[in-house]
Amino acid sequence: MAAPLPPSRPRIPGSGLAKGLAVTLRTMTKKTVTAQYPDVQPELPPRSRGVIALFEENCTVCMLCARECPDWCIYIDSHKETVPAATPGGRERSRNVLDRFAIDFSLCMYCGICIEVCPFDALFWSPEFEYAETDILELTHERDKLREWMWTVPEPPALDPGAEEPKEIAAARKTAEKLEAQRAKEAQEAQQAEEARQAEEARQAEEARQAEEARQAEEARQAEEARQARETQQVQREEEGEE
Amino acid sequence: MNDALDVALRLVIVFAVFMVLPLVVGQTEHKVMAHMQGRLGPMYAGGFHGWAQLVADGVKFAQKEDIVPAEADRRIFQLAPAVALLPYLLVLVAIPIGPSEGAVGQIVDAGIFFVLAVMGVGVLGSLMAGWASANKFSLLGGLRTAAQLLAYELPMLLAAASVAMAAGTVSLPGILNAFEWWWLPWQIVGALVFFVAGLAELQRPPFDMPIADSEIIFGAYTEYTGLRFALFLLAEYAGIVVLCGLTTVLFLGGWHGPFGADGLGWVWTLLKTAVLAFVVIWLRVSYPRLREDQLQKLAWTALIPLALAQIALTGIVKVAIN
Repeated sequence: MAAPLPPSRPRIPGSGLAKGLAVTLRTMTKKTVTAQYPDVQPELPPRSRGVIALFEENCTVCMLCARECPDWCIYIDSHKETVPAATPGGRERSRNVLDRFAIDFSLCMYCGICIEVCPFDALFWSPEFEYAETDILELTHERDKLREWMWTVPEPPALDPGAEEPKEIAAARKTAEKLEAQRAKEAQEAQQAEEARQAEEARQAEEARQAEEARQAEEARQAEEARQARETQQVQREEEGEE
Repeated sequence: MNDALDVALRLVIVFAVFMVLPLVVGQTEHKVMAHMQGRLGPMYAGGFHGWAQLVADGVKFAQKEDIVPAEADRRIFQLAPAVALLPYLLVLVAIPIGPSEGAVGQIVDAGIFFVLAVMGVGVLGSLMAGWASANKFSLLGGLRTAAQLLAYELPMLLAAASVAMAAGTVSLPGILNAFEWWWLPWQIVGALVFFVAGLAELQRPPFDMPIADSEIIFGAYTEYTGLRFALFLLAEYAGIVVLCGLTTVLFLGGWHGPFGADGLGWVWTLLKTAVLAFVVIWLRVSYPRLREDQLQKLAWTALIPLALAQIALTGIVKVAIN
């Protein structure tokens, strides 16, 4: 049972034909979408997956990338070296040294799992994509070529607005805030001590001044008493003289 | 001696126009079609926006091997491109582009008859190619061409007859001398019928059932390569020029224009032809191909009645005026 057709509006005959002509004419006046690639480089989106770059200084030959690669297109060779003891009487350490690191880009499917899985930030995406070869064997990029791609790796794009703060920045910020708080507390204590010291000094100065005043008052009183005593003696002497 | 020089000069000019204008139309088609589809079209050949693309194509075609299938009717097969192309050259000789004596290759008294008859010959080239190729697809293409020719020649002739009736002459310059501006609305139906029927006769999209490449490869031209194939393509574009020129002369008043009638008449003719050529390209880009039965139905149930109605209208108005 077919659904009933929607009510059709009365149409002007030929309006469909005119609509078709209008569409093509409008498209003609618009800007074309052709990418003139070899002449004009494309504007690639951020995080473009062009080629995988190796920052071999960070590589510890943990082999995680080679093991996680779904295409088995990463080749790693290495050997162990013994590092002599750093302190006298200490133990010798062993260290992995990278001999070969190669990615076969004729097998790679650009999934990016190796980059995702690398715990030491030794693999990066580079947006470079122009490395076509006429011989498929040339598509296996050896260690030095992978290292060269490192120079084309762009700086990480800015986070989205409202994104969670990166963990390392959060940790650094927390440490900085703690330090700041501690310094502020010390400064406050120092200031309080200074104030207390000043208050003490002021109090001592006041006491000294009061003591001085008391001493002067005492002296004045004694002088007065002496004068009165002298006057009394004089009066007595005059009285004695009259008698 | 002077006459011979005059004829030679006229022929050279007509031939030059015949070689250049189709290429201009072809290049315009490349570019207009590309932009109507949001593309750029050819950009490299010749440096500036690929202006020399068709020249490069011509060089490529000339380099290719000329192959005739083993089972083909050799002479007919080789002759077919010439039969397809030359009629348009002959038609071009008779189309006047300006009012003066010098603006037409050769004045033919029975101009309309000559032009339409010779244009009909052009389609024979496709028929010959389709039959001589000894290829099923070519044969199908040829038969479809024949059916299309039969269906569309009639409305085209009827529409042209309407103009001849209105002007009272079958000479092309004679028609244009009699032209008045109000012929435009008077003959508009005839003009549409003529133009559409002409498109169908050229097998241009949307009437390209005979060469429908998704069904029958390339119809009658399937077995052709190299220069002969290029000649068929050139015939198609020459056909566009001729059809647009004829429509201009018969229905749009040729060299008559709102202003600049003296001396600049040929500019009007070329301008109108160019606009019509653009419309041809525009229609090709906009519309899907008509099915074979739709094609026949359009001709027999729409165009022919319309053309007959136009003739009746022309007759009535003509009698009323007189």
